[in-house]
Amino acid sequence: MSASNKQGVRRRALTTLIVLLALPRRVLAQPNVNPAPGIDARMLNTPQGTLQSILQGAAMRRGRVRLELPPVADNGHSVPMVVRVDSPMSDMDYVRRIDLVSEKNPVPLVATFLLSPQTGRAEIESRVRLNGTQRVTAIAQLSDGSFWFDAADIVVNESACLDGG
Amino acid sequence: MTARIQVQRDARPGEVIEVRILIQHPMETGFRYDALGRQTPRNVIYSFECRYGGVEVFRAEMGAGIAANPYLRFFMRAEKSSDIECRWIDQENVSGSVSARVTVTA
Repeated sequence: MSASNKQGVRRRALTTLIVLLALPRRVLAQPNVNPAPGIDARMLNTPQGTLQSILQGAAMRRGRVRLELPPVADNGHSVPMVVRVDSPMSDMDYVRRIDLVSEKNPVPLVATFLLSPQTGRAEIESRVRLNGTQRVTAIAQLSDGSFWFDAADIVVNESACLDGG
Repeated sequence: MTARIQVQRDARPGEVIEVRILIQHPMETGFRYDALGRQTPRNVIYSFECRYGGVEVFRAEMGAGIAANPYLRFFMRAEKSSDIECRWIDQENVSGSVSARVTVTA
């Protein structure tokens, strides 16, 4: 085998290696549109869009809702979250739904909780994933149609999404 | 799917009781890639509902923002002795359920 031929083989191998290394990055750059059924993918990607789809033009006021998050989380994989709404939960006056919206998650709508007078108390605890330091908003819609919210700031030292979004 | 429900078994009429549920599920976000750069498809429990005496009292629509092995704590008003039935389904159409009996005595 001549020296020039050997060099050609090496160059080809190098090119293949570079292409292989570059490939995952291209895959990463693709937008992720794979929402749960019934959710509009176009609205998913911005917190503003999510807020609009919840409020549908209505105004929201601060108060009645209390969102509890720790001030600092070591990582965003599992952050304890409690949301409480001041409501008698009677047949006449109850909380219809509570939405959790994240400012920085790739899918801003974290969860929607649908309640009824039989729920008895408007208090829900769960654990959420958070993609970095941000403000999380909880929006409650009461049975009269009014929206109330509370926001909590949280410092997340290690994000839940280390690759991709 | 393994799941655990913890609920107060005895209640007085009209008492608000606490329900705690823990479901074993990866809640795959769809933002993770394996060693070959292939995207792991999103698979989350997107719908969770809880019925008491056949009536829906609580429902959660969840996304990738809920941590793996979802834990939920919520309340319900016990009016008469009945079963609490919780059902959920993920994006691979795998569903699961747990139930617990609540006895209401005056």
